[in-house]
Amino acid sequence: MPEPASGRYNTAGAHMRKIPKTLAIIVALAAMLAASVLLDLSWAPRPLSLGEVWAALCGRGTWANDIIVNGFNAPRVFFGVFVGAALGVTGGVMQALFRNPLASPYLLGLSSGASLGATVAILFSIPLIPLAIAQPALAFAFCFGTMLLVYSLSRASGGVRTETLILAGVAVSSLMSAAVSLFTYIAPSEKMQSIVFWSMGSLDSVRWSNASFSVPLMMIGIVVMIASSKKLNVMMLGDAHAMDLGIDVRGTRIFLLVISSLVVAAAVAFVGSIGFIGLVVPHIFRLMLGPDNRVVLPLSAFGGAAFILLCDYVAHTASSFYGVLPIGVVTAFVGAPFFIYLLASRRREIGW
Amino acid sequence: MVTIEVDSLTYNYDSRAVLDAVSLSVGKGEIVGVLGPNGCGKTTLLKNLNRNLSPHGGCVLADGSDLEAMSKREIARKIAVVPQTNEIRFSFTVEDIVKMGRMPFQESFRGESSEDMRIVRDAMERTGLTPLAKRYINTMSGGERQRAILARALAQSPEVILMDEPTLHLDVNMQFEVLDLIRDLSRERSLTVVIVSHDLPMAARYCDRVVLIHGHRVLAAGPPEEVLTAENMRKVFKVDAELEDDPRGGRKTVRLFGACRD
Repeated sequence: MPEPASGRYNTAGAHMRKIPKTLAIIVALAAMLAASVLLDLSWAPRPLSLGEVWAALCGRGTWANDIIVNGFNAPRVFFGVFVGAALGVTGGVMQALFRNPLASPYLLGLSSGASLGATVAILFSIPLIPLAIAQPALAFAFCFGTMLLVYSLSRASGGVRTETLILAGVAVSSLMSAAVSLFTYIAPSEKMQSIVFWSMGSLDSVRWSNASFSVPLMMIGIVVMIASSKKLNVMMLGDAHAMDLGIDVRGTRIFLLVISSLVVAAAVAFVGSIGFIGLVVPHIFRLMLGPDNRVVLPLSAFGGAAFILLCDYVAHTASSFYGVLPIGVVTAFVGAPFFIYLLASRRREIGW
Repeated sequence: MVTIEVDSLTYNYDSRAVLDAVSLSVGKGEIVGVLGPNGCGKTTLLKNLNRNLSPHGGCVLADGSDLEAMSKREIARKIAVVPQTNEIRFSFTVEDIVKMGRMPFQESFRGESSEDMRIVRDAMERTGLTPLAKRYINTMSGGERQRAILARALAQSPEVILMDEPTLHLDVNMQFEVLDLIRDLSRERSLTVVIVSHDLPMAARYCDRVVLIHGHRVLAAGPPEEVLTAENMRKVFKVDAELEDDPRGGRKTVRLFGACRD
């Protein structure tokens, strides 16, 4: 073997700065998240100052400000933080799980499955069961069913191939979306509007009761997924490598798929399908800091949360002209150019 | 003392037998070469030795216990693998990769203990990777990647290492260096090594025993001088070859004269 060079870790440049860089990004993200929380809380027909927001939060605000901040904005912002985090982490997990840069809650049909469930609930009112229960229940059922369908389709010939899984996801997902379009088309006009608005995504209809149901689920899911980072790192090398290192690849994949569909359903059931976060946010951190999921996944949680709130604020401030924009439109308009810029200027080969 | 015992192992792909009642045993600290032409089922055999695949008939015992009764994690604490293809697309550093060898010993929330780090550094030192520790694996040559995977296998502090065509991606000098290292480790730590290969000279040189696979069955097993006869090599590999003493020292080598046409 060649003699090792003198200094133990005399190394190729940039890496020595990695830890401080990661720290700097964490601090910047935390600041960004705090700022976007306050910003989104401040939204009102006549924008509030940060001082007014703070006063209202502390219970010293005027009656009107109290209703705006604590009544309207707080549930939306609170729920948004978790939805953004959940979508960011789930996207990162799926990309690692399938070693595919396109993987996201969308690609495997989870989002469209949940959308179809909610659409069915809105369109066909189920007797005796209020919409507030039927909508999330059906979103869960359809999301889970879609996941099972996609998974069982791809394991026709014994083992599961990730390429087949993704193809099956794309196929099933288009079917679900087509069904949503069909139902939208045949829906009576008052229901059609709520389906359309819901299918483009919005945080506005969130109430505290929704949050108390969904947020614990999303929190547990996020923690479990981040705890699997190390396994995901090894699985990114390939199934054989992972098995050689003692990982039950099949069990881990199914487990994380189930967790993902629960988390996505918990988010999508109340806010509709909000695109782009699950796809783009993990990529941003991978491009900046490399593929290690122990870094990428926690940062995707923060990044997803900050991103969704900023987009929500934009969606609301544009409202004086057009009413509140669907947030899915904003996430794509803000996210896509930033992502394109990152792709074009990347210095580092990350592997896809 | 036997560490790995394969008892009439049968494995099929779509009802076509690739391994047909293969039996062999590997003693502790031995270096055993499994030799055969491409497509004879060598790699499949290797994958059965750490339950990456499960046999359709027969069984594989490690230290007397059936692999089927052990968890993947337990197996990975005893048996490490250096696979044949080692393409890694992602920009993990060499050190990241070697640290992954400690996974079978770690809880998911814990980082590396100082003991883990000592083992990782030792593995990199032995494979000459210390100066390359922070290099990205996807920017390295096939041979360097091979060494990184070998270091990862050593970091598993295994009792058994399974190697699939270890000389395939390596420059000629590195082939000798890697196998010298393997032999040294085997002697120092009574590490058991199973090498799957079609490299006859290397097998003759480094293996204590060889197992010849022919037509999905074991044709012969034993020390190289008994198994690698001109007749056997003609039968299995269709080459005109002869086992001879290395004139430079006490080892064996195989001289290849050409293909057999008959």
